[in-house]
Amino acid sequence: MSKEYMAIFNLAEDESDIKALTAKRSLASVPIGSRFRVIDFMLSNVVNAGVTNVGIFADTNSRSLVDHVGDGKPWDLNRKNDGLFLFNHRLIDIANFESRALQSNMEYLFRSQSENVILTSSYMICNMDIRDVIRSHEDSGADVTAVYTEVENADREFLNCFTLEVDEVHHNVTGVGKNIGYIPNASICMEVFILKKSLLISLIQENARSRHFSDLYSLLLSKLNVLNFNAYRFDGYVACINSKSGYFKANMDMLRMDVSSELFRSKRPVYTKIKDEPPTIYVKGCRVSNSLVADGSIIKGTVRNSIIGRFVVVEEDALVEDSIILQNVQIRSGAKLSGAIIDKNVVISENAEFKGNEYFPTIVEKRNVYLP
Amino acid sequence: MAKKNMIALILAGGQGSRLSPMTKVMAKPAVHFGGKYRIIDFALSNCSNSGIDAVGILTQFKPQELNVHIGIGTPWDLDRVHGGVAMLPPYMSEQGGDWYKGTANAVYQNLSFCDQYDPEYLLILSGDHIYKMDYREMLRKHIAEKAAATIAVINVPLEEASRFGIMNTDGTDHIVEFEEKPKHPRSTLASMGIYIFNYRLLKKYLEQDAADPDSSYDFGKNIIPNMLNNGETLVAYEFKGYWKDVGTIQSFWEANMDLLSLDNEVRLFDTSWKLFTRSDVRPSQYIGEDASVSDSIITEGCIVNGEVTHSILFPGCRIDKNARIVDSIIMEDCVIEGNVIVNKGIVLEKSVVKSGNVIGDGDKIAVIDANSVLEPNIRG
Repeated sequence: MSKEYMAIFNLAEDESDIKALTAKRSLASVPIGSRFRVIDFMLSNVVNAGVTNVGIFADTNSRSLVDHVGDGKPWDLNRKNDGLFLFNHRLIDIANFESRALQSNMEYLFRSQSENVILTSSYMICNMDIRDVIRSHEDSGADVTAVYTEVENADREFLNCFTLEVDEVHHNVTGVGKNIGYIPNASICMEVFILKKSLLISLIQENARSRHFSDLYSLLLSKLNVLNFNAYRFDGYVACINSKSGYFKANMDMLRMDVSSELFRSKRPVYTKIKDEPPTIYVKGCRVSNSLVADGSIIKGTVRNSIIGRFVVVEEDALVEDSIILQNVQIRSGAKLSGAIIDKNVVISENAEFKGNEYFPTIVEKRNVYLP
Repeated sequence: MAKKNMIALILAGGQGSRLSPMTKVMAKPAVHFGGKYRIIDFALSNCSNSGIDAVGILTQFKPQELNVHIGIGTPWDLDRVHGGVAMLPPYMSEQGGDWYKGTANAVYQNLSFCDQYDPEYLLILSGDHIYKMDYREMLRKHIAEKAAATIAVINVPLEEASRFGIMNTDGTDHIVEFEEKPKHPRSTLASMGIYIFNYRLLKKYLEQDAADPDSSYDFGKNIIPNMLNNGETLVAYEFKGYWKDVGTIQSFWEANMDLLSLDNEVRLFDTSWKLFTRSDVRPSQYIGEDASVSDSIITEGCIVNGEVTHSILFPGCRIDKNARIVDSIIMEDCVIEGNVIVNKGIVLEKSVVKSGNVIGDGDKIAVIDANSVLEPNIRG
């Protein structure tokens, strides 16, 4: 089964509401959940379904992504046959034909031996059994399977995502729209599709002539009237990382045992790059509660309801609560953080205070290590 | 194969019977240590950090866990085009086959492995020791002194000296005498079991030793004394730093507890000399609402809702609410349920301690075997 399916990551993702974290990296490589990156979840999902051919179409801002996925070894994708293919051309979307780079991309599609494509984005965080999606696709005999999730908070989350109208009886997609945040209940398109590779190629070729669409999903969903769309409802936990508040919430959700059990402790593990950190040391006098802490950290102060990344130092008398601290951050004595997101390599000086909340978290942007 | 200046052989065949039951299913170098490591990670990481890229690991006693752990050496950057890591168990040949009869015999049986690199120097290490050391500095001294062999030594307290192989030197670090476990030691420089030899010279001695039916085929008992008798230049390289041979449960426990101070001499948190290991990908550790953690080392995949004080948790442990872990070591994937006290205990991997049990009295170290299930104990 796995050889018949390849996966394509379309990373032309909307980063406009999460710019502070994506100024120096792609959305797919934003650190999340204390030791993972956004793409780890969906990448692990396809790998856990037995897929061994994964193409990632990144945009130009992908230094951090390239550093993270490397040769794909953590996901067992450093393969002689198939494996990981990273397309890092100056190209915004694989359906964008302004770029000459397309030719090589098309060659990848033609040369791959898989007949079917799992087409996906990176920013929907979930642990999905994609084998089950494949089964549904094959049973339905449909041209395309689209995965969706029923949500009750579409007025706050999943903004600007595609919504699907679904015929629940026939499991068909009958219509498509955008979530503009007016009503809480919606069927959100998770941007996970299964289709024949030949269909994907012909769609792209057709669009190359007409140039009606500038993004691949709009192109695909525009074919609702001519193609048969099977709808697959995903009932598990989903977080949408397309805004600061969505990012904040997804991290905090991982403090819940039900969410973290589903995401991390199923039979389908989430893989990520290994960094060889020592274990974390909790120094006498520290106070830590309800927090997720990565290895390599030194905790001397107080940490509550927070997400602590790798190689973080929290000094004595520092207070970190309801905050997300990314890798290699130092929080000096007397500093107070609440509702804050501190990006990589930042030093929070003594007695400094940063305060935000779940809807408007205060973000301290990533520091380049060579700067003073 | 390309010539190498120095390659390393790690002696990893030791049974470590005094560490039982930890060594029930694995050789001593494979024993877990320090929250996420195995003892052999120290020697292997030292090689990697010292720029040694060809390493042979001599195994004999229960090597399966070690084989799986080492694999092709990727965690230590030892999956190399030229060189890398090789597991070297005893083997059969046309003349029959033998177990490794001693440390020197183990190396003798693997001379062909060494020959393929045509090395100038051979570094011999033990896979049993906890220390961080730059072998390049030792090699520099070896070359500067034009030595035939250089032996790393560490200053031990006089009262402990009779437990070690003791080097008596002439005051300029030249070894004049070697005494194995002397009753009345005349020096406190103990051999660390780390040797650098001029390879071609060593080969000659090993071949002579192999032909001697009365030999114990041991570096300390035979090769070193033979070299001294022949007037070869043997030099002591004094290592100043943390070094521990965790030979007993007591010293294993102590060495682990040594890590709990931030400025621990093992330099566990010194990222300029990283300790590498093979690890599964697990989520970050979760410290719960009611947890109390202090003076402890905790790692990936742990879920802590109880009290952990002055202790070490290995990956994937679950410490439930109202459990109390003090002065203890809890190994991989153990479950400690609520209303359990572990006071100066070592709970080996994949054990489940159900509610109501008390392990350890805070005085003598209590060890719970791997894969144990301690049924609920209703306390009166």
